[in-house]
Amino acid sequence: MTLLEQFQLWLATIWPEWAAYITPAIVGIVVVLAFVLLTVIVFIWYERRLLGRFQIRLGPNRLGPEGIFQPIATALKVLLKEDIVPAKGDKLVHWLAPVVVFVPILLIFAVVPFDKGAIFSDLNVGIVYVVAISSVSAVGIYMAGWASNNKYALIAALRTIAQMVSYELPVVLSIIGVVLMVGSLSMSQIVESQNIPFIILQPLGFVIFFLGTVAEMNRCPFDLLEADSEIVAGYHIEYSGMKFAMFYLGEYGHALAYSCIIATLFLGGWQGPLLPPIIWFLIKIVAVFSVIVWMRSTLPRLRVDQLMAFAWKCLLPMAVINLFIVAAEALWLPEALPWIMVVVNFAFASILTLLWSRLFALGGGRVEV
Amino acid sequence: MFDIVFWILAAVTVGAALAVVFLRDVFRAALCLVFLFFTIAGIYITLHADFLAVVQVLIYVGAISILIIVAIMLTREVWRGSPSGRLRIPALVVGLLLLGMLMFTAMSTKWHISDVPPQEPTTTAIGAGLFGDGGFLLPVEIAAVLLLAAVLGAIVLIREK
Repeated sequence: MTLLEQFQLWLATIWPEWAAYITPAIVGIVVVLAFVLLTVIVFIWYERRLLGRFQIRLGPNRLGPEGIFQPIATALKVLLKEDIVPAKGDKLVHWLAPVVVFVPILLIFAVVPFDKGAIFSDLNVGIVYVVAISSVSAVGIYMAGWASNNKYALIAALRTIAQMVSYELPVVLSIIGVVLMVGSLSMSQIVESQNIPFIILQPLGFVIFFLGTVAEMNRCPFDLLEADSEIVAGYHIEYSGMKFAMFYLGEYGHALAYSCIIATLFLGGWQGPLLPPIIWFLIKIVAVFSVIVWMRSTLPRLRVDQLMAFAWKCLLPMAVINLFIVAAEALWLPEALPWIMVVVNFAFASILTLLWSRLFALGGGRVEV
Repeated sequence: MFDIVFWILAAVTVGAALAVVFLRDVFRAALCLVFLFFTIAGIYITLHADFLAVVQVLIYVGAISILIIVAIMLTREVWRGSPSGRLRIPALVVGLLLLGMLMFTAMSTKWHISDVPPQEPTTTAIGAGLFGDGGFLLPVEIAAVLLLAAVLGAIVLIREK
């Protein structure tokens, strides 16, 4: 039973039924919203500082200790800016698009388990819900691209669709690997069954899921839809002021949401020795986010055809093979001996990665992919 | 509680459906269709069909709507909206016939309401129904093959000679 349900039962003894039904929901929404907004603000500061370190410069360090108040100043600046709507754009859709991008990302947090029982709603179909809801933001990005009445924005919108559709398949296939081992779709059960984190049991699945989600949240090196050097700023080229802030918030919210999902699915969620569970969960989120920032500062952006080839020729076959291996192991290996599985899976992961990396070899006479 | 939610959802669904038909702007009509898919998922939730609701969002909002929107991109002269075509009268007749048939079926069928409480969790029952003994695995697979054949047929039809 989750904490909110216990709260509801306790309230029902002193308050009328409808109040006891609504109050825990409102409290839960406020807590989740506060968590998301605060963490996103910290993440923005953290990414800018970290990027500064990676690029051998300082990053924002003036406002407050170590520049921690810089995101708040940025937010104020963005709020005060003029809101410009293109004259020939579709004004209603232009206004609606940032909302359609941002709301699904908030909805993902409804099934993130922060601690034992500390989950807004322990849905029976938790992980399918995450996949379903996160695919809605593609519609929002498409709306932004269409309503802007701008060629660059429309190109970005088309790229988003191609990217989302291609990378959804490997992501879902690697999730099935996890679900096969757990035997449940519920997020809290996925965490509770990880005595050994799934990153050790299924290293290949983790890599595929990680790369796929980085592509879905449109971060470098997969940020083709805002590729500044080709299509200026992509789908939010015609956005300013508060609407642009919503997109910006949505981008970091997406990164935070998927850091939570990766930590839950593959890193053991809130489980960990000594420290309290919520601290472990935060440590894991920040670790995942750091790797994402690290990728951004290290790898150059892919070309469109390379991006598609990477999804269809590399990630998808590897995900299918990974699923077969995991299914076979779940059927035939005794559950008492997980270490055989670890050895076998690491061997498979390294062999497959080597094989496919030869397929993408640059140089050696073949420069194109 | 569920009654209020159901009536709100039903009203919004019908409104969105009417908007899909009557809006001139094709893109906005497509967006209304997406919204319609969403509210239907909401109705599934009120019926305790959580898996069905999530799959509705995943397939209809996440995939089919995107297909429809991309199809709009490929439409010629989309800025003119959707003017009424030459086949206005036959379309009206066929539409009215279809509506009449559906109304007749809905009215004349005795809708069976089960007294059994909804199953919890639903995923186990769906899995058993699909993969268990005497399950619906074969019909589902045949439906998938049929859809694949339709996709291939569409590609053959529009391929440039």
